[in-house]
Order: sequence, then structure tokens, then C-alpha cells
Amino acid sequence: MSKAQRLKLENIKVRFGGTVALDGVDFAVAPGEIVALIGENGAGKSTLMKVLSGAIIPNDGSMTLDGKPFAPSNPEEARHRGIAMIYQELSLPSTLTVQDNIFLGMELSKSFFGINWILDRAKMRSTAETALKELGHEIPLNTLVRDLSISDQQLVEIARARAVGCEVLILDEPTSSITRQDVQRLFTLMRNLKAQGHSIIYISHFLEEIEEIADRFVVLRDGKTVGGGKMGETTHDEIVALMVGRQLTDLYPKSKHEFGETLLELNSLVGEARLRSASFQLRRGEVLGIFGLVGSGRTELIRSIFGLDSIKSGEIKIGTYSGYATPTQRWSQGVGIVSEDRKGEGLAITRTIAENLVLSYPQSCETSGVFSPSRMLATANTWVEKLSVKCRTSEQKIGKLSGGNQQKIALARLLHHRVDVLLLDEPTRGIDVGSKKQIYEQIDSLACSGKAVLIVSSYLPELLGTCDRIAVMNRGKLSEPKSVEELSEHSVMMEAIA
Amino acid sequence: MNKQLKDWMNKLMPLAALILVYLIFAFIAPPSFISLKNLELIVRQTTIVGIASLGMTLVIIGGGIDLSVGSIVALVTVAIAWLLMTGSSPLVAALGGVLTGLLCGLINGALITRLKLVPFIITLGTLLVYRGCAKGLAHEQKIDAPLSWINELLAALKPEQSWMLVPGGVWLLILLAICVTLVLRYTRFGLYTFSIGSNEQASRLCGVPIEKVKLLIYGISGLFAGFAGLMQFSRLTVGDPTVASGLELDVIAAVVIGGGSLAGGEGSVLGTILGALIMTVIRSGCTQMGLSNWVQEIVTGIIIVVAVVLDRMRHSQKP
Repeated sequence: MSKAQRLKLENIKVRFGGTVALDGVDFAVAPGEIVALIGENGAGKSTLMKVLSGAIIPNDGSMTLDGKPFAPSNPEEARHRGIAMIYQELSLPSTLTVQDNIFLGMELSKSFFGINWILDRAKMRSTAETALKELGHEIPLNTLVRDLSISDQQLVEIARARAVGCEVLILDEPTSSITRQDVQRLFTLMRNLKAQGHSIIYISHFLEEIEEIADRFVVLRDGKTVGGGKMGETTHDEIVALMVGRQLTDLYPKSKHEFGETLLELNSLVGEARLRSASFQLRRGEVLGIFGLVGSGRTELIRSIFGLDSIKSGEIKIGTYSGYATPTQRWSQGVGIVSEDRKGEGLAITRTIAENLVLSYPQSCETSGVFSPSRMLATANTWVEKLSVKCRTSEQKIGKLSGGNQQKIALARLLHHRVDVLLLDEPTRGIDVGSKKQIYEQIDSLACSGKAVLIVSSYLPELLGTCDRIAVMNRGKLSEPKSVEELSEHSVMMEAIA
Repeated sequence: MNKQLKDWMNKLMPLAALILVYLIFAFIAPPSFISLKNLELIVRQTTIVGIASLGMTLVIIGGGIDLSVGSIVALVTVAIAWLLMTGSSPLVAALGGVLTGLLCGLINGALITRLKLVPFIITLGTLLVYRGCAKGLAHEQKIDAPLSWINELLAALKPEQSWMLVPGGVWLLILLAICVTLVLRYTRFGLYTFSIGSNEQASRLCGVPIEKVKLLIYGISGLFAGFAGLMQFSRLTVGDPTVASGLELDVIAAVVIGGGSLAGGEGSVLGTILGALIMTVIRSGCTQMGLSNWVQEIVTGIIIVVAVVLDRMRHSQKP
């Protein structure tokens, strides 16, 4: 390496009891460089980030920052040394103002009677203003963070890092919940920071984005660095192969689907908030995709169908039922849902795998009104095996599983309930490639067995790969669904942002 | 399996704590502490808190809180005394008292589900309302009641009753504890209680009838407070509108010492009963040693905090 590295990690190892989380990671980032860190969920990315931010102390290996040994024992120390984490799920106290957030934990103070204990608000204001201006954006400093959009909150987090002089920024999946335009804004910002000589570690599942923004990439698998290289010299397929350790011949299995009668029909459905009009028919054996950007009303659409959000007008027909129904009634009409918000709404993460699996259909484990825990476990074990969920036992708390395995259980709930109509909201968000592939296979086989599947996603390749027809949601209006053969990534995106 | 061993250790933790506390007092307190008579007294003294805490276990597992149980207990004693005084038979009076408790609980549940307010606020309100009702009904004084078999429910056994081992009230506690354990494990309602406490949104998405379940949870909590009120009456033999003030805190403490989480989704009947016993053992031990009330309070307070800290440590262990 010609350039001096800013941050360098050698042979980092982390063990928790008997499990090895990191098993020899080498990683480096130079000033003015954006390095993408890629890996399936469970590959060790989060653990590595925790090591860098001082939340975990490694058992072995060495770290240097600007040539000096670096061994933070807590997040504050890492921050003081100039390393800032910008987390996937934003972690700002939402009832504080932008300014207070920027300085939280590092408040500037002035002396009063010889002791530094009075907050120096004027100085903080000017520093915060400079930091935000440097990022090229203006957010009023006295706005409450809860009133900001997610991408503005991200900016505040970055400003927070800059205001205290952090020169290494770690961005963990920053684009997973912001719109396309905001992604571009973020990328412009990242390029500026890079031009100013800052180092950025960028973690993402989206290979397209990585190709666009990163200079180099490093792939982690099973807690080890398995490869890396310059962007543009490696193909997509090669990166994916490194990630999964095998050649993914076809991520999207697609059989020929036979369509039957209409199971779900919407007629000019209007919601209370964003949803302005939606009509379509979903037939037995069909996979219908709904593409839309964040904030377009796509999640409200799927929630209204399931009775989780109320509707203003329009008609929902499910089989022979029509009209509004509660979630309880929807289940009994043969409709099931997988939420986009796994932790918040999808699963009860402090309960067991088995309980989560049968929660919508505990009747299946009852004999004349008596619930049988052993039958619940047996049921869960069957599904765990069928979907090759990685877990110790199905009595394990579901929060202990990786995102991909959690999602398999969320889907298994619908399979166990034997619903006819499956509403899947971002079914592969934040999960690893291996689990994604399995979920695509499940969707395909469900369609083959005559179920109707509705998928809402902001990831176009997966919709084009799995769906029979796709409709686009744009500012609350759903377009007429079109057959995928007539569509390209370009045309769908155009429709979504027009 | 190592894991199973750990599970058992977790479950037995409150039991170990109880034995430890008991042994400590057995060494430092006068010999009368370990006498059979004192043991019986401890069990009898646990009954009121114990029965009320069974209902609270459900409430806390379901992610809620019920601050009104102390007031319900007082109202129930007044109701029973009033019924007895006006000439009702003891059975009718006892039933009337228990049903008063159930009614109070159902009102809590209905308010929480209809007004969609947090249970803390609703039950803080009804804490005052039910206490006020008790005082109003009793004209702010104790109501004397004629002697009846109710008074024997929690009294020390007479020699000729020794075949019962413990008084009827204690048997009621045991019976109810078994019922709640079975309900939590072998009914849909039990599963739903845990799931609502763990994640209400996810439960709604799964079609769990949240309002019905919550109404039932608070109804049961009220019903059990009704049984606790019956026991309280048995001990006092009068209706006292000022009794059991602050009882709700003992009841919540029993659940929490027994491993219940105020965040919901966790808790067990066995743990709760052990928690209630731990508190009584401390009180009894301190009394036997001639320590003042304030010492007992400090010790109990420390135990509550230590119990929760230990519980937290157990749970934060990495897999």
C-alpha cells in the first residue's frame, strides 16, 4: 500500500463464550477513501462495527488509527479518537432539538465560578451551523428531531459526527429506509466528505449502490475477511459468490404459474393518509408486485387491505367477502401478512420461535379448547426443519436469531395458517442473500400451489425476478398492473419517480 | 444439556433466594423463628399479598400494571361487612365481596381498552375512586360485622382442625396458583397474554383479540383482589375502608422479585409466590428479632432492587 492507512485492523478475533463471532478480520481504510463492507447477515459485520466503536473489546488482533494503537474500551472513547457510527436504525432522542442532538454527550460548556458547567449554547449554535453548512444542507437548529424525515435525521447524525471532528465515519445500511432522491443527496455528501479527506466505511446490502459510491470493497464471511478489491474490476456475480461462498446460479426461481379465480380485488381504495387510489385484481397462483418509493403509500395500501389502517372509501373484496374487516377477521378469511417492521410489528421478539409461529393460529395446537405446548413445539420443529431455520431449539427466543431466520418464521406463520392470500411487505428487507433466495423459492412454490401473493418492495430486481405482474405506486396512486415481460428496471423506476 | 440446566437454574433462582433468606434468619433470629407455628404464620401472612399478586402476575405479563388492588381490597372488606351487617348470609356476603372485586377489575379493563389510555393512569385514577367508594360506603369508619365462618378462613387452625394442615385461605391461594399456572400454559388466553406483553403491535397483526384479552386480564386481577379482600376481612373481622393502603406496591414487588418484567412478556406464578414469601419471611424475621418496622422496610426495599438487578444480569448473559 502506497498511501498511509488511517485505520488498520489486523487479525481481529472476537469470541462470546463458545461461539466465534470474528475469526481473523483484516481491514483498512485510507484518508479520502470509501470502503464498502459487504457480507451476509451473521457474517460478522455488526460485531466488527461494535469493535470499532468500542462496544466490544476483541480477544485478539491489533488496531491502529493514524499509526497509533487504537483500543477503545467504550463508544465515547472511540468518538473522541475520531470514529463515529451512524446506525441503521437512527438513535437520536427524538424530543430534543437538532442542535442538542448534535452535541449530545459532548456538550460545549463555559466556566462559571471557575467550573465548566454552564452550557455554551452560543458556541454550540455556531459550531452546529458550520457543521450542517459544511454538509451543504440547511436544517433549522431548533427543529425537534422527531419532526424530521429519516434522511434529515441521518444528516443530523453525520453533522453530529463532524461537529466533534470525527474523521472516520461508519454508515450502517444508511439507504435502507430513505428515498431514491435522498440516496443521491447522501451520496453527494459522502463524495464531499471524501474530497475533504475523510474516511468512510459503508455497509450495505445493495450492490448497485456500492458500485456507485465505493472505491473498494471488503467481503466478510463467517467472521473472516474472504476477499476484496477495487470497485469496477469485479463483477456483481463475483461479489455475490464471495459473500455466499458459492455461485448463486439463479437467485430468482421462476416457474410457470397457472392463474385461477380472483381472490383479492380492490376498487378505487382510498386511505386516510397517503393512499389516494388503488385498484387491482389478484388471482390464484399469481404473484403481484407493488413497487414504490418510501412515502408513496405502498405500506398503507397493504395495511389497509389487512385492516391495520382505516380506509376512507373504496372496496376490498376477498373471495366472497367484501368491505372492511379487522385483522382477526382477515386471518379467518384466509389472508395473512408479513410486516416490513419485523421487530416493531412482525414478531414478539422476547417470546419463543414456537409462540411466534403459532400466534395467529393457536387453535391448531388445541384439543377441545386446551392448548398444548408440546404440540406447539412439534409444529414449530416441523417448520424450522422445512425452512432450514438456524436455531438451537424452537423454544429459543426469536430475538436471538439473525434477521433472515426471523423472517423465515414470520413467513412460516402464514404457511402454517394455510392462508390463500399472502400480503408480504418488504419480505427480504435487511436479510442475507441465502435467506433471500429461500424466501423467493417459497414465494414461487406458494404461487405454484395456487396461493395468491402480493409483494410490496422497494427493491426492483426482486420484484422483476419473482412477480408475474407489477403495479407502481406513485404519490398515493397505484398504476394499472403490467406483466413483467413488458417491463424493465428503467421503465418501472421512471413510472415511480415521474 | 447445559442449556436446560441453565433454564432450571433461572427458574429456581427465586427459590434459592427464599431458602437463603430463610436460612439467614434461622441463624440470626431467635429459635422461635424456625418453629412450625411461625412457619404457619408466615404462610398465613403471605396469603393476602399472594392471592392479589396472582392477578398482578397476569397483568404484568400482559405489559400492564394495576395500581388499584389495595383500594379494591379495602372496598371488598367494607362490602362484605355491610352485607353481613344487613343480614345477608356469610356465603352471600363472601360472594358479594368477591364479585365487587371482579366488577372493579372489569371497570379498569373497560376503561383501559375503551379510552385507550395507559393502565398506569387509569388504575391510578381508580385507586382513588375505589378507596373513596369504600370510605363513602362505610361513612369513613370501620363497619362491625357479626361473627361468621369467614373469620376462620385465615385464622390459626384449632387443634381439632389439624387435618387441614393449613387454613382454608391458604388452600385457596394454592388452588388459585395452580389454576393460573394452568391457564397461562394450557389456554389460548395464556399465550395471548404473553404475546401482548411482549409486543402488542405484533399481536394485533396476528389477529389476537387484544381488547377482549385485556378486559379479561384486568377482570381477573380484580377478581383476585376480591379474594384477597375476603382474606383481609377474615383477618380483620371488620370492614375497614383504610386497610391495605399501599398493598398494590407489595403485590407488584412480589411479581417483580419473582422474575416478572415491568416491560411485559415475562413472569411466572411460581416466581410470584416465592417473591411474596420472601417478603413475608423478611418481615417475620425482623419482627422476631425485635427490629423496628423501618428496618424491615429498608431490607425489603433493598431486596427488591437486588432481585431485579440479579434478574437483569441473568438475562443479559450472551448466548
